[in-house]
Amino acid sequence: MSVVEFRMPSLGADMEAGTLVEWLVKPGDQVKRGDIIAVVETQKGAIEIEIFDTGTIERILVEVGTKVPVGTPLAVVRTQAEAPVLVEAAAPPTVAPSPTPAVEGQAPPPAPPAKAIKPSPTPRLRVSPAARRLAEQRGVDLDTVAASGPSGTIVSADIERAITEKAAQKTPPTGFDLAAMRSAIAAAMARSKREIPHYYLAQPIEMTACEAWLTRTNAKRPPSDRLLLGTLLVKAVALAAAKFPAFNGFYRKDKFEPVGSVHVGTAIAIRGGGLIAPAIHDADRLSLDDLMRQMRELVQRVRAGRIRSSEIADPTITVSSLGERGVEQLFGIIYPPQVAILGFGKVVVRPCVVDGHILARPVVSATLAADHRVTDGHAGALFLAEIERLLQEPDKL
Amino acid sequence: MTATTDKPRLSRSHALDLLKHMIRIRRFEDKCAELYTEEKIRGFLHLYDGEEAVAVGVIPVLEKRDRIVATYREHGHALVRGVPMQGALAEMYGKREGCSGGRGGSMHLFDFATNFYGGNAIVGGGLPLAIGLALADQMRGEDNVTVCFFGEGAVAEGEFHESINLAALWSLPVLFVCENNLYAMGTALAISESETDIQQKAACYRLASEAVDGMDVMAVEGAARRAVSAIRQTRKPYFLECRTYRLRGHSMFDAQLYRDKAEVEAWRQKEPIFRFRSWLEQSGMLHPEDLARIEAEVAAEIAEAVAFAEAGTWEPVEHLARFLYAEKAA
Amino acid sequence: MLHEVAQSAVIEITYREAIREAIRDALRRDERVFLMGEDVGRYGGCYAVTKGLLAEFGPKRIRDTPLSESGFTGAGIGAAIAGMRPIVELMTVNFSLLALDQILNSAATIRHMSGNQFGVPMVIRMATGAGRQLAAQHSHSLEGWYAHIPGIKVLAPATIEDARGMLWAALEDPDPVLIFEHIMLYNMTGKLSADAGPVDIQTARVRREGRDITLITYGGSLWKTLEAATSLASEGIEAEVVDLRSLRPLDDATIMDSVRKTHRAIVVDEGWRSGSLAAEICTRIVEQAFWALDAPMGRVCSEEVPIPYPRHLEEAAIPQVTKIVALAKATLGKA
Repeated sequence: MSVVEFRMPSLGADMEAGTLVEWLVKPGDQVKRGDIIAVVETQKGAIEIEIFDTGTIERILVEVGTKVPVGTPLAVVRTQAEAPVLVEAAAPPTVAPSPTPAVEGQAPPPAPPAKAIKPSPTPRLRVSPAARRLAEQRGVDLDTVAASGPSGTIVSADIERAITEKAAQKTPPTGFDLAAMRSAIAAAMARSKREIPHYYLAQPIEMTACEAWLTRTNAKRPPSDRLLLGTLLVKAVALAAAKFPAFNGFYRKDKFEPVGSVHVGTAIAIRGGGLIAPAIHDADRLSLDDLMRQMRELVQRVRAGRIRSSEIADPTITVSSLGERGVEQLFGIIYPPQVAILGFGKVVVRPCVVDGHILARPVVSATLAADHRVTDGHAGALFLAEIERLLQEPDKL
Repeated sequence: MTATTDKPRLSRSHALDLLKHMIRIRRFEDKCAELYTEEKIRGFLHLYDGEEAVAVGVIPVLEKRDRIVATYREHGHALVRGVPMQGALAEMYGKREGCSGGRGGSMHLFDFATNFYGGNAIVGGGLPLAIGLALADQMRGEDNVTVCFFGEGAVAEGEFHESINLAALWSLPVLFVCENNLYAMGTALAISESETDIQQKAACYRLASEAVDGMDVMAVEGAARRAVSAIRQTRKPYFLECRTYRLRGHSMFDAQLYRDKAEVEAWRQKEPIFRFRSWLEQSGMLHPEDLARIEAEVAAEIAEAVAFAEAGTWEPVEHLARFLYAEKAA
Repeated sequence: MLHEVAQSAVIEITYREAIREAIRDALRRDERVFLMGEDVGRYGGCYAVTKGLLAEFGPKRIRDTPLSESGFTGAGIGAAIAGMRPIVELMTVNFSLLALDQILNSAATIRHMSGNQFGVPMVIRMATGAGRQLAAQHSHSLEGWYAHIPGIKVLAPATIEDARGMLWAALEDPDPVLIFEHIMLYNMTGKLSADAGPVDIQTARVRREGRDITLITYGGSLWKTLEAATSLASEGIEAEVVDLRSLRPLDDATIMDSVRKTHRAIVVDEGWRSGSLAAEICTRIVEQAFWALDAPMGRVCSEEVPIPYPRHLEEAAIPQVTKIVALAKATLGKA
């Protein structure tokens, strides 16, 4: 003697549930295998259902009018047969999830940046897949390549041509084509804003020590040898960048490549509306005098239109100063593929709290615009703090 | 009708054989119904209850070398032909040990060893296949007969007409067995055919043809003997219309809205197992212990088949694309 | 340049004659082979391919059938299962639709569905394509539909050599093979080695080498594509022409090698554009050679209309040399 359950049968591949509309037996009735004992309403109509066991109806579990899923026990039957041996059917093999191709280089979404930035709706650069891959492999900046394909598409032949031209280039160009420069700047800046999630930090830096040092140092020098404040700023940035490599390098192909050397790009305005930021190589290793000399020479060459293309392409970090123009804070746009740009405003005398007293002090506002894909505010704050620290000890620069 | 007639041999052992075949099919189908309600068998399930006399009357008349094409309602045909019950049930479970490797399920039982060419889910789809098998035998001068089972619903399909025309035209050794159970799924013959005398349709194509009571296993066997003998002698096709009835619905999921319960009950009184058993009991050829023995043997075989199917394994998913094309010998 | 013919004795022969030779050769070599179809015997074949074969081989091996595509295609399947090697000739792809159930639900399916117990070693030949003003119901190119079906193989011989050699290889294949013969090719004349034999039926062939763009095609469109390539060459564009030969399976390796070389691809396919075989090939190129592309892919297919009867409309509806040239130039950014 054993007790079995009579369950809602599956009557079709697409039957999921049925409504019990009639019981043809009641508790105590004898039933045998094959007897019709109930009627079930399905989407196809009312179907009589049979029992496959022989025995006595013990208890009805589901009342007339109830809709239940296939497999639900409907009644309990006491049988004479032995309890059926439950054979554990092998579960069908779970289908291994089809290997979806891993989306490569998918970084987790970045933390919200320090400032919300609206992407500017500029059209994408049209580059064929072949050209894109070739440019990446050979380190060619797409912004500098002229397109020959249909609808202004850069194709692989264009990349190849750019590579050949770059190799053949021996003499620096005489004079700048300002229109071409402007459009190159436009392309670069637009791309920067499109692709680089900028965050901005500002740090007021007290320049008392620097001004005092400069005054003392320059007092002993002829005018031609005098150091400018900008030299100190660039050196401080260079040294800090050497210590914080996350701000010194290139972001390419979805990853950051730090550069061992620090080549500081110095933004130089050109009369007529151009702007260029050629590199001073290994700025962290140069003495202040050498640095000053190079900066002066760069400005001269820029004004004469004699800049080497490598100097434009090489900066690993850029410094821009608009102190002369009179703005207090400058929020720069990163030159891709760099990942940071420092801005310095003019030095202004401000009330500062020194040892509990309010005193007038010269302060310059240093701003950092950095690539949030590579660093975050914490690192940026440390970087700026380092620059600030360096500028408090100008004799060590 | 042909000149020679073969009388069915009615020894007691043969009679019990026939009875056991039919009971074996009936109990097997019953078990399939049960397993289907438990979702062990899935997809579509078409059961043969009431039609057993046709398969059991025809198939044992054939030789091993003869060929059989059947439909999706082919469990009975497979079993009486000798497709192992274990393999048939495992196939319905979808297990690798099934006769079609688990690939086909209830509607696509294939068995190379017994010349069983399926198992076809397209109504009428097996007829052209059958004439092709017969064509090959004819071209090679082989003495085989191809038997093609189909329902009366197939008679509406163009392939039916094309096939019996070709069989008659090219004189192919095919035995067409039309199992006329009066309903093509839910459509009664009377409302789908202008001429409901199916044997008559075949006669119009100049095939030797006969209609027989499909509920009478002896009558079916007699007709099958005549037919097969005629085919082997004349090398011409033969058409047998077996008038029968399907006691269950078309498939498991059938509310049978298209026919009267009274009609089903009336046919149940004439169903082949009940009829043959009664007749054998009356004639003293069947004793209660024979019946008990048959039921016990059948029940044991079925239980073993269920255990076999339950214990079966699944074809690895990695093999999905195997046997799409022939594999080169290693 | 065009594939060179081996320097044994060379004969001049038509595409039609090459197929006839192939059938004759098969019937002689293998007694299991027989051919059946409508009007293949007494009539000599709708396109005169089987002319004379009835007299040579008799009515059992060159077997005329009634108009029963489903019936005799299914018969071919059954005969193949039982050990024969039938060639079923469906007069044209247009009538093959009546046999589609047997091709798909029997021929393509039986091996897989029976767990490898039964295979169907048969060949089905069909004429295909437009160009003779036969109007809407007689001008289909449905190779792409058939190439969609797993379990069969699909071939499109476009050259004399392939017309002669593909049937042999197809008959030796243990699975169903469909061979599509474009109606505009039957009269084509060419050279063939006198001892030409079987050809491989799995690879595509580069029929013309080039550097600037790859033109991928098959069957009747091959010759238009080659002509387009010649025209493009006079304008300084060197096109590489790939003849697919096998539509199922497709020879991805040859296609991708070419696309990686030229960076641009156009598919010329006489099927209707949407859901065409050309669409499949373009997708494969995106999947496998995306980074080699200098331009989006293009397709020259039939316009999505039933093929019309009057000559000017029929010409406008199907691929033409001018359309191929125009698209190639546009792909290269040249007017």
